[in-house]
Amino acid sequence: MTALTTNLPDNDLRDLYQDLILDHSKRPHNFRVVDPATHDALGHNPLCGDRLSLTLRVDDKGIVSDVGFQGSGCAISVASASIMTDMLKGKTVDEAKALFSHMHAACTGTVDANASSLTITEDDEDRLQALAGVRQYPMRVKCATLAWHTMNSALSNSNKASTE
Amino acid sequence: MSKTNIATIACAAPADELFACAAPAIYAVEEYRSHFPILSEMIHGRPLVYLDNAASTQKPRMVGDAMQRLMDHDYANIHRGVHELSVRSTNKVEAARETVRRFINAERVEEIIFTRGGTESVNLVAATWGRKFLKAGDEIILTILEHHSNIVPWQMLRDEIGIVLRVVPMTEDGDIRIEDVQEAITSRTKLVAITHVSNTLGTVLPIADIIQIAHKVGAKVLIDGCQAVARMPVDVHTLDVDFYLFSAHKLYGPTGIGVLYGKYALLESMPPYQGGGGMIASVTFDKTTYREPPYRFEAGTPAITEAVGLAAAIDYVSTIGLNRIARHEDALMGMAIDQLRRINSLTIIGNPKHRAGVLSFAMKAAHPHDIGTILDRHGVAIRAGHHCAQPLMEHLGVPATARVSFGLYNTAAEVNSLARAVADVQRIFS
Repeated sequence: MTALTTNLPDNDLRDLYQDLILDHSKRPHNFRVVDPATHDALGHNPLCGDRLSLTLRVDDKGIVSDVGFQGSGCAISVASASIMTDMLKGKTVDEAKALFSHMHAACTGTVDANASSLTITEDDEDRLQALAGVRQYPMRVKCATLAWHTMNSALSNSNKASTE
Repeated sequence: MSKTNIATIACAAPADELFACAAPAIYAVEEYRSHFPILSEMIHGRPLVYLDNAASTQKPRMVGDAMQRLMDHDYANIHRGVHELSVRSTNKVEAARETVRRFINAERVEEIIFTRGGTESVNLVAATWGRKFLKAGDEIILTILEHHSNIVPWQMLRDEIGIVLRVVPMTEDGDIRIEDVQEAITSRTKLVAITHVSNTLGTVLPIADIIQIAHKVGAKVLIDGCQAVARMPVDVHTLDVDFYLFSAHKLYGPTGIGVLYGKYALLESMPPYQGGGGMIASVTFDKTTYREPPYRFEAGTPAITEAVGLAAAIDYVSTIGLNRIARHEDALMGMAIDQLRRINSLTIIGNPKHRAGVLSFAMKAAHPHDIGTILDRHGVAIRAGHHCAQPLMEHLGVPATARVSFGLYNTAAEVNSLARAVADVQRIFS
């Protein structure tokens, strides 16, 4: 993590706007529509107007072979979606859903009820912890979790997610 | 209130002191600030800079004191008992009604209806006057600038009885042109329901001219004054407006109470809003007759304590003077516009000919919610969102904006803090 330039006297804000988050928000990965897709869903936060559409292709072994997203939102929601799409590729559907559960718990500071079923790589854990910086900003937790709720809906064959 | 003259209050500081300007002193703002204890709060370790006044203003001590005094000495239900406290409370609420009448220069005190807020005031007119006097094919004129509270009640009525809603567009600067209103008005127009001041862009609408045009075709006019009454003097008599409404909590008063002004003859022709106690002349199970305005529209026990708080708030701003508050906010706005314009990648949305206290902006790299979070860490409270004006957001092609709105207690130093915090947003996202 390199220094974030801010004229605040301390390192406030750095836990939220980490370089990883800023990089992904400025140049989101997998910002496209997967076609053909096997699963898709729309995510919407009616309170702030964030919208994203998620498309996934799951192969016949149950592995996410491709995933993309499009939409508009704040830096946190775009970065979270971008990071999530990177993480999902190569995961099984069950692993993806377990990641959602882990991510949700990390961002809300709660205990992940499904934790035992999940082995998380160190790399994934680092990325999740970067997103979990929103814990200190209660009004922004929904920004970070929107994409993940949308993914969970898509893989559960319910094609709408809302964080309200 | 005069148009903000940016040229005369432009910041003349050298470039390295960009955000260290002073606005001309309109009044001794520090004295007024001392009446608002909350302004001494520290937010994330920094002094609060409260710039979300269009959402709700803070309350001077006098408002809470007046409410506490009522509860400590005079409180009981009104218009009910013959006992002393009921008489005192009744007198206080009726005195508050008279304070409101004087504040907006209504002819009769019976023209002042207490509601729960601006939203209920619009709903009251839609549910009573609208249901009784409108029929399928009749037209209501709105503008693109309306708050949801002046859109949705009319849509509900449209779905119920088949009226037509016509929306007047705005110019690129965010102004409503009188010609465009003229064009929208036809012989089918029965009501023009528009805001006095845009809660998103700060535009002051030319309501005096619009009221005249509407009256020429026999249409009534309802003005949403929620953003106006704390920022400029309002005279419903001179305006000749049919309905005018506002809430107390944007006028330095308490939540839970608002005002609907209506011309007496109109109010008299309208059926009741809700049924219950306090609004009847007599009740039998066969037939109930209703009281005269305003009581016909005030079923149930009203917000007694809050009415007293509203009167105290009106007394407070009236003592300072709405004209002076307007000039003070204009000076701060000129300064804010001047400073924000120096920040690359920041766009001020709209440039209305006449602006009052409210400004929306967007930044190329930062979403309004990121702006809001970063400013909050600087202690600067602004609103980030759609401002309950989604049709306007759609028209502007943005999901949300960042909005700064001034109150009578804001200072030049706070505008500097705002500009420094916004510069920090740009630094983080560059």
